[in-house]
Amino acid sequence: MSMLNVKNLNVWFGKRQQRVDAVRDATFEVARGESFGLVGESGSGKSTILRAITGLAPNWSGQLSIDGNPVPQKRPKAFYKQVQMVFQDPYASLHPRHSVDQVLGETLQLHGFRDIDNRVVKLLDDVGLGQKFRFRYPHQLSGGQRQRVAIARALAPEPELLLLDEPTSALDVSVQAEILNLLTDLRADRNLTYLMVSHDLSVVGHMCDRLAVMKSGEVVDILSVAALRSMEASHPYTRQLFEASL
Amino acid sequence: METLLDVENLWVKFPSRQGVFDAVRGVSFTLGRERLGIVGESGSGKSMTGRAILRLIRKPGIVEADHIKLDGVDLLTKTEKEMRAVRGQRISMVMQDPKFSLNPVMTIGSQIIEAYRLHNSASKADAYRKSLEMLEAVSINDPERVMRAYPHEMSGGMGQRIMIAMMLIPNPEILIADEPTSALDVSVQRQVLDIMDKLVKERGMGLIFISHDLNLVADFCDRVLIMYAGRVVEVCEADKLHDAKHPYTRGLLNSLPRLDQPSKRLEVLQRDPEWSQTPSVSGRI
Amino acid sequence: MSNTQTLREWLLTETPTSRRHAKISAFYHGWLTLRSNTMAMIGLGILVLMLFVAAAAPLLAPHDPFTQDLGNRLAPLWSDGHVFGTDSLGRDILSRLIYGTRITLYIVTLVTLIAPVAGLLVGTVSGYVGGWTDTVLMRITDIFLAFPRLVLALAFVAALGAGIENAVIAISLTAWPPYARIARAETLTIRSSDYISAIKLQGAGPIRIITKHIWPLCISSLIVRVTLDMAGIILTAAGLGFLGLGAQPPSPEWGAMISEGRRFILDHWWVATVPGLAIFTVSLAFNLLGDGLRDVLDPKAGD
Repeated sequence: MSMLNVKNLNVWFGKRQQRVDAVRDATFEVARGESFGLVGESGSGKSTILRAITGLAPNWSGQLSIDGNPVPQKRPKAFYKQVQMVFQDPYASLHPRHSVDQVLGETLQLHGFRDIDNRVVKLLDDVGLGQKFRFRYPHQLSGGQRQRVAIARALAPEPELLLLDEPTSALDVSVQAEILNLLTDLRADRNLTYLMVSHDLSVVGHMCDRLAVMKSGEVVDILSVAALRSMEASHPYTRQLFEASL
Repeated sequence: METLLDVENLWVKFPSRQGVFDAVRGVSFTLGRERLGIVGESGSGKSMTGRAILRLIRKPGIVEADHIKLDGVDLLTKTEKEMRAVRGQRISMVMQDPKFSLNPVMTIGSQIIEAYRLHNSASKADAYRKSLEMLEAVSINDPERVMRAYPHEMSGGMGQRIMIAMMLIPNPEILIADEPTSALDVSVQRQVLDIMDKLVKERGMGLIFISHDLNLVADFCDRVLIMYAGRVVEVCEADKLHDAKHPYTRGLLNSLPRLDQPSKRLEVLQRDPEWSQTPSVSGRI
Repeated sequence: MSNTQTLREWLLTETPTSRRHAKISAFYHGWLTLRSNTMAMIGLGILVLMLFVAAAAPLLAPHDPFTQDLGNRLAPLWSDGHVFGTDSLGRDILSRLIYGTRITLYIVTLVTLIAPVAGLLVGTVSGYVGGWTDTVLMRITDIFLAFPRLVLALAFVAALGAGIENAVIAISLTAWPPYARIARAETLTIRSSDYISAIKLQGAGPIRIITKHIWPLCISSLIVRVTLDMAGIILTAAGLGFLGLGAQPPSPEWGAMISEGRRFILDHWWVATVPGLAIFTVSLAFNLLGDGLRDVLDPKAGD
């Protein structure tokens, strides 16, 4: 049973003459428990796919289904209990005036949890932050710590599918290693499915089982990471990307 | 090797409510006609070092050093007016994002021509011809079209090439490039680096290449300073960077995911408080 | 608080231990920034002094502000028992000034309660919802903006009748459109930010997003703008008073006092000048404070 099924997805911005097709006819499938990568250069439409799945990009056509259930144009609340997203820039994805406690508390409250205090404590421990960070504001946190808070927020509703939009591209390499390890552990512990977008083939190679390569809005290649490593990529663009990141 | 720039015991200090924060602590190095890389993580003081050379640290920051000598003349003794003649004219700087360095409401052509005529007394026609040459020098195929375009019509790679072209007009002796390619895609990155490489070789410039990307620096530079917490912790030949000795450098290298060497978990850098205590290693030759 | 920790350390800690602690600590940081701005502190000092004067007016005023003494009218500055002299009806100007602070504060408070709140509401809703709502609300705002402020206020007072409350309502009605514009502009940039997207992905509705996520970010720039506008509000109120449409005699409103003194401006200049200086001082104080607050409340500060 596939966790996420994307079929003939088109995403566009603007109307009529100004219409820009960001994604054209994308089709791929992510199995339950799998970690799937979306790779491409900037402007290739890889992040737009994530935004279309979550409903942040309103203009889309095609079929999206989560766990076999088709996704309607207007997402019900239950959808967000199943699918969550971690944004690229931890400096922009946290409200500058809300403390960590407020961010997590509000998320939990929105999803109808009762024991909010205990859950906030647990979430902070799960992402390796601990209690002393609970009442800090974003400007009192480093980039890595902020991204941990953002991951905790995404985990709060206990989702099954986590969409990761370049979660480490704004971070230093040593911090990137910590966050990637955290994500690996969380997936194992919680049996999560990942859809990870990155421009960095080595990050996707490390994190994912399979990947799709995107170029100017189209999926040009879908292959397993093992096949990529053993130089079996058939598409010339995939090979070009592979060679550039060795 | 001839020494273009000689920096001795450079400090950058920021007084704050909690006391004085030292962003750069006692950094010394020399630069010849070579490509010198400065690598480090955010907050390591690598960008501050680059800006301090040009005395571009904003108040309340303070730059202190025994000397910053350009051709034997100490830049610290110069007045602000004299420094303006150094900036751009003799030492140029390329920033990370070209979008913030170009004026959005002027065509690229008029900006290059203006920059050229600021430094050289030339007629408009001469300046135009010279600008076309500059754009060709950075491998722009259709310079006439680019001259007429506005910055927002350019892609990131194009914009960065234009910035480099503008920086080269006064024929500087030293180019400081602060993360010039981090905003660019991998394929474009290579092109921009090749252009910078060619210019350094052909014109005999000194290049200070500031980056967070160890592999890139190892690939591209001749010599590398590795900075941590405002200090230089290690200096090495770029091609020997992968055999670096310092645990910090090793830790950084090991924490990178490798496509050709899959692993279950990435190595996490364990920071030793002692690294930020030991005095800076000198990068002088 | 442990014994080894001073109050200052507790306030400046990087690791607050409770919600309240975090709030107090954030507030203290802001206070320290404000305190380092001398001009803002001068402004704040003047305003605190003004609050004190208003509260203790009966104790501070040497005379009853309404008692007329026609035998001693238009006494000059520093005359016996009347530091700032007396007005055309022989009332002590200092006492009237002191009681006038109450009226000024009253006007200022009411206007700040009405205008920015209305502006914030209109602006954020307009900016966040967009589409037709935005068009309609913004065109209404444009209509209000198309009239000169004092003229519009005059029209309202004329319709509502003269008096201090009506003057306040009229000023508020003319003051909100700029706030709506600012709030809308801010909302447009905030709306597309990642943290708003993030809360949308938790299923938050527009009301929650506007009140809990957008308002806190708009309020700071509005507070700054209000303090900077305060001078204008006081002057408009004084202007209405001067034209006889605001506070009515014998109320010691500063604008009305200038208006009365106008007739004697050549021979007895202090009658109009002294309340004018009071308006000037308070307006300046608000401006200085607003400038300082801008540094403190900028959400980008601290990064």
